[in-house]
Amino acid sequence: MNVTLARLRHALLRMIVRPRLDLPLALALLLLAGVGLLTLTSAADLEVHVIVAQATRFVLGALLLLAVSRVPPVRLRSLTPWLYAISTLLLVVVAALGEGRGAHRWLNLGVLRFQPSELLKLTMPMMVAWYLAQRPLPPRWRDMAVVGLLIAVPAVLIAKQPDLGTALLVAAAGVFALFLSGLAWWRIGVLFGSLVLALPIAWHSRFIHQYQRDRVLTLLHPESDPLGTGWHIIQSEIAVGSGGWFGKGWHQGTQSRLEFLPEHTTDFIFAVFAEEFGLIGVILLVALYAFIIGRCLWIAVNARDTYSRLLGGALAMSFFVYVMVNGGMITGILPVVGVPLPLVSYGGTSAVSLLTGFGVLMSIHAHRKLVDSRA
Amino acid sequence: MLRRPALKDPRREHASFRARAWIGYALILLALSGLLARFFWLQVVQHQEFVTRANANRIRLVYLPPPRGLIYDRNGVLLADNVPAYRLEVVPERVPHMQAMLQQLAQVVPLSAEDLRRFRDELAQQRPFQSVPLRLKLSEDEIARFAINQWRFPGVAVVPYLMRNYPQGKLFAHVLGYVGRIDENEQARLDPELYAGTLQIGKSGIERQYETLLHGKPGYELVEVNVDQRPLRVLERVPPTPGRNLYLSIDARLQQAGEAAFAGRPGAAVAIDPRNGQVLALVSVPSYDPNLFVSGISDADYRALLDDPDKPLLNRALRGLYPPGSTVKPYLALGGLELGLRTPQDTVDSTGEFYLPGQKRGYRDDQRGGVGRVAMVQAIEQSVNTYFYKLALDMGIDRLATWMGRFGFGRPSGIDLPAEASGVLPSPAWKRATFHQPWYLGETVIAGIGQGYWVVTPLQLAHALATLADHGVARAPRLLLAEQSGMGAPRVPAPPAPVTPSFATSVPDWDTVVQGMVGVVNGDKGTARGLGVGFPYPIAGKTGTAERYSRTTSAYDTHLTNAQLAARHRALFECFTPAADPRIAVVVVLEHGAWGGSAAAPIARRILDAWARERGLPDTPLTQAPPG
Repeated sequence: MNVTLARLRHALLRMIVRPRLDLPLALALLLLAGVGLLTLTSAADLEVHVIVAQATRFVLGALLLLAVSRVPPVRLRSLTPWLYAISTLLLVVVAALGEGRGAHRWLNLGVLRFQPSELLKLTMPMMVAWYLAQRPLPPRWRDMAVVGLLIAVPAVLIAKQPDLGTALLVAAAGVFALFLSGLAWWRIGVLFGSLVLALPIAWHSRFIHQYQRDRVLTLLHPESDPLGTGWHIIQSEIAVGSGGWFGKGWHQGTQSRLEFLPEHTTDFIFAVFAEEFGLIGVILLVALYAFIIGRCLWIAVNARDTYSRLLGGALAMSFFVYVMVNGGMITGILPVVGVPLPLVSYGGTSAVSLLTGFGVLMSIHAHRKLVDSRA
Repeated sequence: MLRRPALKDPRREHASFRARAWIGYALILLALSGLLARFFWLQVVQHQEFVTRANANRIRLVYLPPPRGLIYDRNGVLLADNVPAYRLEVVPERVPHMQAMLQQLAQVVPLSAEDLRRFRDELAQQRPFQSVPLRLKLSEDEIARFAINQWRFPGVAVVPYLMRNYPQGKLFAHVLGYVGRIDENEQARLDPELYAGTLQIGKSGIERQYETLLHGKPGYELVEVNVDQRPLRVLERVPPTPGRNLYLSIDARLQQAGEAAFAGRPGAAVAIDPRNGQVLALVSVPSYDPNLFVSGISDADYRALLDDPDKPLLNRALRGLYPPGSTVKPYLALGGLELGLRTPQDTVDSTGEFYLPGQKRGYRDDQRGGVGRVAMVQAIEQSVNTYFYKLALDMGIDRLATWMGRFGFGRPSGIDLPAEASGVLPSPAWKRATFHQPWYLGETVIAGIGQGYWVVTPLQLAHALATLADHGVARAPRLLLAEQSGMGAPRVPAPPAPVTPSFATSVPDWDTVVQGMVGVVNGDKGTARGLGVGFPYPIAGKTGTAERYSRTTSAYDTHLTNAQLAARHRALFECFTPAADPRIAVVVVLEHGAWGGSAAAPIARRILDAWARERGLPDTPLTQAPPG
């Protein structure tokens, strides 16, 4: 008993005292979390409990990151099919008896409520990487079909909740793994072409909710419905545009402080940031994101095996999707879908799952030097 | 065909991955640059546009309507003020279902059909974010009930405001007029800047005449609001400039005395200070409560006022049209002297009947059989018709009209009140223009005793009387005495009324006429004899009783009883005092009075008594009613 405890303590101490981290990435994440808390403090109008809650999640996420970073990719790889199966199963459970306002996204485990779809953000690229890593690359049509199925089942379940934003992120993670596996460009062309052709059919299908259609239509003409769906876009653009070069200053953004900007602590927090710190702040923040993505790709490139490479690369590139979709949404060039700005938007599961993902990348980085013949 | 199983090639896979990763990163950087370009477009290129819209979001311009100026009488008695009140206002864009909201609200706070109609009218005119008043003048009970239920009615609020109040009620309604809700026509004509936030405007009387003085200038507040339009802080405040306080020449005690003297009988009285044209009293009976109009009069109340046979809404002093009857005689007599047609000593034989040469139609004296030979003074004193029939004939209608016109007959007196009637000064020109008919000599005869086409308003008569009393100096009657920029500020006297220089050429002539008028009150045979009993100054007066004659025949209409006659007759009385140095001129018209001397004159005396009392003169009420 004592021995077990002592080992656990030892492991924890090692984890914190001698973390296996990529220092530039860790520092960049720390900086990002700092910027996130600063922005949230303003967006939440100095409400202490919101900031404390978010900081707590960051600490929890950081601990998870440290813990995951010590798990060798080999171990992750062996667990992958199980993790994928379990998370997909949970999605089915949620579809059956989940709870949530309007959308069935949440699973209540008594002590904590969480969205199983968040798990897929991690298990999806793991699964695709797992499958492709044992296939001859570049993949052929058959592999593509299998990967397509692996992506489609959870993505459709999530989209049905309905949570188009998360479905998009989950699907993107799988698609990126496929892209990084060296899929031939002509195949990519065929895929893309058929997607474009399928778009009008999907648009009219029952699969797309009317409100989702409205959001896209509203994007094209936000002024047509200034108090309904267009309100978000209009108010967000006003917030961003009125920020100018240098912004209105921290906690001086009138759009968020006076609550003209809806969802200003969560999905639209980027607009708060843009209003208060201006274009200069936006450029610096986007540069920080670009650096994080680049660093993650660099880690992936230097990974020791195909599984780690594909997984790391997919995680890095899906991180980009967050930034792009959220940024596009608040500036009115993409429809309003619920995608948070990573590590800035208020919200528990997102921060924790993101940091866990970075934990995986840290682990890939930490284990790159080990020679492993099983690649 | 042999299909070679693909083999894993770690090195190639690594190289392929590296290439894909950097291509992917390049695409990512490209996409992020595109995103930044969008930010540049919004934050730099369109920056100004969005700054404007952000400010439009958060800053509301709230107009602060100016408190309306107060109105006092000449001694500082409050006639119109503002009292705090509360009204319900609705911001249309904050109400999801207007119809349902109004129905539910009506169960909490009573809303009349009139309120709803007015609200809908205004709703159609206003922008959706501007609040529209729904109910004025909430009671404390209603405010409390609404406060409990407020959460059910987003976009509806109780708003304090200043409500016009007339503490004297109906006593001054025909002087002050009233304020009411600004209607569509007024809205179109008013300066929107000046009336921003103001609900009411002077509709009649002084309130309308001096609207520009009373209104003031609105201030404003720039208020920062949140998305619920809740004001958070005031960014800038410019206080309103209150309207100017007005002091009227009216003396509330004279007004009171005059009104009381009518005892509810329809009629009008006007008192003017001949020395300066200041109106001391302007009474029209019956009257109405102007407070009813302030918050929007109900249909029922309004209909009751309109349907009242005594027409309380009619301002009889300004717009009541009456044949002047014998009250014109002093002016005519003066004309006879001034035009050289008569000397004071010339006499006329009154036989009771007067005939034009070659006509059978007779013109009657008041007394059967006449009063015998009379000179001018007796003619005025006893109101001898024959004397004036002849005088009018000698003068001729053209000279008569010109002369009487100098006293202001036939045109508005120029008082500072809106909607004054002109009356009719008969002349061939007027008759041609009105009826396209020639003038007949007989019409000249009856014009000499104020009958026929003659129509005057009590105010016109008072104006003429004041002109007579002041020896031919015609001053437009004035109600505004002084104005004041705020409580305690110095009173700024109003500019004097327009004056035309005296047209009198011989002062002794005027004194002769005044002597006749003094005889009316003090002579043995005066038509208002006894009226001056106990009064400290000599009073000069003249009675008038219009429409004594049947219109259709020249005979006494013996079929009518006295009461019926009384109902048809207008009793008039004009007087000024002190006779030698007039300081007050009073005209009284009583619609249902039988005789000028007995019915109208006592009302004038009551006003004079109040005037004398105010000057510390012995208070000796009239004890003996003068005979008719």
